[in-house]
Amino acid sequence: MSEIALVLNNLEAYYGKIHALKGISLEVPQGKIVTLLGSNGAGKSTTLKTISGLVPAASGTVEFYGRNITKEKAHNIVALGLIHVPEGRRIFKDLTVRENLELGGFTLKDEKLRRKRVEHVFELFPRLRERQKQSGGTLSGGEQQMLAIGRAMMTEPKVLLLDEPSMGLAPLIVQEIMRIIQQLNSEGTTVLLVEQNAKVALKLAAYGYVLETGQIVMNGDSSRLRQDERIVKAYLGG
Amino acid sequence: MSLYYVILQQLINGLILGSFYSLVALGYSMVYGIIKLLNFAHGDLYMVGAFVGFGTLGLLGGILGVGWLGIAAALLISMLAVGLLGMLVHRAAYQPLLNRRAPRMSLMITAVGVSFTLFNTVMVMTNGEYETVNTSLGYSGISLGPVNVTYTQIVMVVATALLMLALHWFIKRTMYGKAMRAIALDPDACRLMGINVTKTIGLTFFVGSSLAAAAGVMAGVYYGSIQFFMGFIIGLKAFTAAVIGGIGSIPGAMLGGLILGLLETAGTQLPFIGSAWKDVFTFGILILLLVFKPTGILGKSEIERM
Repeated sequence: MSEIALVLNNLEAYYGKIHALKGISLEVPQGKIVTLLGSNGAGKSTTLKTISGLVPAASGTVEFYGRNITKEKAHNIVALGLIHVPEGRRIFKDLTVRENLELGGFTLKDEKLRRKRVEHVFELFPRLRERQKQSGGTLSGGEQQMLAIGRAMMTEPKVLLLDEPSMGLAPLIVQEIMRIIQQLNSEGTTVLLVEQNAKVALKLAAYGYVLETGQIVMNGDSSRLRQDERIVKAYLGG
Repeated sequence: MSLYYVILQQLINGLILGSFYSLVALGYSMVYGIIKLLNFAHGDLYMVGAFVGFGTLGLLGGILGVGWLGIAAALLISMLAVGLLGMLVHRAAYQPLLNRRAPRMSLMITAVGVSFTLFNTVMVMTNGEYETVNTSLGYSGISLGPVNVTYTQIVMVVATALLMLALHWFIKRTMYGKAMRAIALDPDACRLMGINVTKTIGLTFFVGSSLAAAAGVMAGVYYGSIQFFMGFIIGLKAFTAAVIGGIGSIPGAMLGGLILGLLETAGTQLPFIGSAWKDVFTFGILILLLVFKPTGILGKSEIERM
């Protein structure tokens, strides 16, 4: 039995006045990719935001390597090694590509280390190196997603929360992004992947949870979920 | 000969006045950029800066003298004290509203409240009287043709330029400067990068307020007298300068302040109509400018607001 990186225990949260999470429990084992599926408004993004501290939990707990981080502030969670790449990438459009990456490494105290990590991201995404002096807003959608992931990798997090990395991207680019996620995972990063594109997500992940109106309605190994009739009907366009 | 003299002399006066406006406009613009607040108390921080500088000069004058050394010490102490005061105002008055996601209008009214609190406090403490700032700075200087430029004027313009260069370096090169620009664009994304947004906003208040204090101390020394209401007019003018330059833009605030200062001094020399019309002249031009470029000179509709 491998170590559990992230555990949600009966997590509840409100998004404005909406009771968005009605008791979510899930586990992300260390070194694995786990996916969270569900349609629009099911509560996938809110789940990630509650983990990373952007949305306060109403009840329940979030545990990160056994440590209760439910009430921790968002900016403190980053330093623990948990990074959330939000939906829509949210790169700083008027800052340069390089500045975006540097800010990803804001918590690093050592300027040299920060420079080294920027280099490392450039090795991972050579296209970002070519564009390092351009402002983030001039990048294509796929490049912006690479920048968002690269920015998250600056602190070399233990766990990466990815919210819809395939959104709005052409199929070829989606494949490239998924290949990168796989590579990061094989290098040791644990991933909780939120996706609407269930086909892609289930190919990548070892385990999946299905979310409907703020509750987990199904979970299991990806291979099993791929064959489940209800999943095929609802999310795989079968 | 005399026209040349007048133009050159007014150019220097305009440059000095513009420097003060620019320094105050910077804080206005930075705070607006990062939290979209029109900080109407900003002019009062300039006023408090002048009084702290005056007080420090009084206390340290015996040791350091009331020449450049004493003034430099007063400037630094005032910048530090008023910077901390700006942070306190942010923490006590604005941040609680930001935490509750209060409407923008409530923030603005709070700013008006802070302004009244500050200048009334100083009014009571000084009995509303003018204080004379005594220094040993003379009128010696260098001659540019028929015009005399005093060393005081030169030092003030150079000091302003240095402060602006330092600010530019801070905003462009340091991690906290980059964080400020990033918060102006997307505060939540900044939180996800481990940036303490509240603390960084506090730092913005510190920097903006200490620049206003620097202007306050220099204005006190330059004009020789200070009073509790001196922040009101300059606050409005600096706000104007920030808007002319494109509010939220740092180079815009610098440029807007200089343009306003130069226009105003030019307005005092208008032929036929006399200097009483200077504000009509200045603000008439500004209205025209904004008609043609509503976002200000360096403002874009969707700019990086720092």
